[in-house]
Parts: sequence; structure tokens; C-alpha cells
Amino acid sequence: MNLTVRDLAVARGGVPVLEALSFTLAPGRALVLRGPNGSGKTTLLRTIAGLQPAFEGEIEGAGERIAYAAHSDGLKSMLSVTENLRFWAQVFAQTDIEPALDAFDLRGLEERMAGTLSAGQKRRLGLARLMVTGRPVWVLDEPTVSLDTASVARFAEAVRRHLAEGGSALLATHIDLGLGEAQVLDVTPFKAAPRVSLEDEAFL
Amino acid sequence: MIALLLRDLRLAVRAGGGFGLGLAFFLIVTVLIPFGVGPETGLLSRIAPGILWIGALLACLLSLDRIFALDWEDGSLDLLATAPLPMEGIVTIKALAHWITTGLPLVLAAPALGVLLSLPPSGYLWVLVSLALGTPALSVIGTFGAALTVGLKRGGLLLSILVLPLYVPTLIFGAEVARRGAEGLAVQTPLLMLAGISFGTLALLPFASAAVLRINLR
Repeated sequence: MNLTVRDLAVARGGVPVLEALSFTLAPGRALVLRGPNGSGKTTLLRTIAGLQPAFEGEIEGAGERIAYAAHSDGLKSMLSVTENLRFWAQVFAQTDIEPALDAFDLRGLEERMAGTLSAGQKRRLGLARLMVTGRPVWVLDEPTVSLDTASVARFAEAVRRHLAEGGSALLATHIDLGLGEAQVLDVTPFKAAPRVSLEDEAFL
Repeated sequence: MIALLLRDLRLAVRAGGGFGLGLAFFLIVTVLIPFGVGPETGLLSRIAPGILWIGALLACLLSLDRIFALDWEDGSLDLLATAPLPMEGIVTIKALAHWITTGLPLVLAAPALGVLLSLPPSGYLWVLVSLALGTPALSVIGTFGAALTVGLKRGGLLLSILVLPLYVPTLIFGAEVARRGAEGLAVQTPLLMLAGISFGTLALLPFASAAVLRINLR
């Protein structure tokens, strides 16, 4: 099933930031979003993840198929690495956390409290969470922040494996992951024209 | 859902989790009151049910802003919102976890602390019953307030102001059950009112909390 976005406009605080955006993401494909800071990539990803409603247009094939990873990893510093991962696995009704530990090189850190990990290790644990969701569409916001080169390669490898298994990925990132097959979408041309909303947004 | 409850309980009892904060506050209030109002047992036993209830309410209030604030700060609230759990379920579990870590210890400690306030012997049962019935309402109402103020830096002040008036009915009927029980009067009417408040909030407020949380996460 494709993720299809048609004529989408997304708003931040009631002010549209991107508009007339359309794309289709097929299984096995990756789409990289590019654009300068503040161009609305995060807002777009949050809208697709279902955290905020679309300002205009429609999104198909999202909802329960999305695994979302934001800037913050959602880790509990007083829980160990396995406890953090196992919690998310249980929430998503999965059981096996071993492949995720292997894929992101978290072996040897299993019993460490997440609060004592380095920034890069925390990020790896946050990304490992994606693998225990069992969901086909990964929506990732700047996934490589604070990762070293080896970890970026490891992450690209995990994405590639996910694509090979029929999943898809939508990434906002500034660095080249070496995903040769990925399409690139620059959001700059879709910047919304300034306009005044006539509705009161607060309780929509 | 169970996983979320277990995680919250586990976090509460680990370092910095805040378990026992409400209980310690409750203990301090009830220990200090006799020093403040004097050792006259007649007066103390008359005000004991009300003091126990006010102490429990304030102790509950103390830990409310932690219900969602910590999850919001580290981003796990966003991730939970995209998880296959219904938002209503998440807020109910959060309220339940708050009650287990704050309300339940207060209920169990109240009879013991009643001794310090020379609570009449007939009052112990009714203090216990009224708190057991009333504290879930305090947690559920407090979760609603916490959902309203999530994302506000230092939202604790606003939270207290929002929640206090909502706590008044629970306090009135809860303390009335305890007072009438202690004086050996019939407790049926306030007890039924208290039960009505508790079950009513339990049935309705999770939907309101989920709705405001969705708006606040945007």
C-alpha cells in the first residue's frame, strides 16, 4: 500500500508553511526531504504521523502504518536500554527486541541506564525503537543527528534492510545517507504564500 | 496498556521518580497540625476528618504536574500518541498510575495518622472508606488539569488554580462522609454523592483529557 499525499498544506500555529505538496511513497522506496531550517519539514512529518491535522489536502495510507521518530528519542533515563526497548515493543504488540539491539550495535549496553548513555548511543537506541514497532512506513526527522560515521552507515544499512523487506521510509535529513535508490524532494518551492486564516484555529 | 502502567510504576519507584513525595507531605501536614492548633483533644478530634482530607488533597495536588510533563519533555508523549494505544486509554492509565503511587499510599496511611489527630474510633473506617472512594476522583480530575497545562513551562501554578475549584465538590462530600462517620451519624447521602462524583469523573473526564491532550500536542 502506498503512502499518498495530495495537495497537502500544513500549518504551524495556524499559519500555513507548506502548500500544494503531492507525492507518493511506494513500498520498498525511500523519500528524502530537503529544505533549509524552518521550511516546514518537521511540521510536514508531524502532520503525516497524525500528530496534527492537515491544513488542506489529504493523506492516504498513513495512520496506524507510521512509525515516527522525532528530534527527541522518548527515552526514560532511569530505565535500562532493554527496558526502554521492551516497553516500546510491548506498546506495539511485538516481542522480539534482539534484531534491533544487533542492528544498532547496542550489545554490551543492554543493562546500562539510558540516562548514562552518550548522545550518539541514545540516538541509536531511539532509532532501534523503529525496528520494534513492526510498522511499514518509517517517518524520520533528522535521524542522523549526533551519530558518528560508522553509526550513520549502520543506520543506512537498517533503512536499506527495511526497504528490502517491503517497508518504506520518509526522511528529513541534510546529509547523504548513500541510499542510492532514494528520491529527493526539496520542499522549498512549496513554501506557502502568506494568507490570513478566517477560522479560529484553537479548537479545531 | 499494562506495559505503560508497569513502566510508570517502575519509573516512580526509581531514583527521582517522586514516589513518596505526596505521602511525606501528608505526614508533615498531619504531624504539624497538632503543634499549630494545640494539644486539646476535643478540638483535634473535631477537625481531624477535615484535616486528613485537606492534607490528602494537597498531597495529591503536589505531584500532578509530573503526570504528563516528564513524558512531554523527553518526547515519549508524541511517540505514545502515534502508538496503537487510544489516547483515552493512555490518560486513564496515567491517572491510574498516579492514584497507585499517590492516592493509595495516602488512603493506607490516613488511619495511622488519624491517631496523631485523636480521631474518634468510629471515624477510622469512614476516613478510610471516604478517601478510598474520593482519591481516584482527585487523580482523574488532576490528570485532566495536567493534560490542559502540558507543554507550558512551569505550568504548576496554572494547574493548581485550574484544578482547585474542580476539587471542591470531592472535598466537601469526602470530608462530610468522614466527619459524619466520626460523629456516628448516618453517612449514606454524602457517601452516595461522593461515589457519584468519583464514578462520574472516571467515566467522562478521560475523554476530555484525551481531547485536550491531542490539541496540546500539535
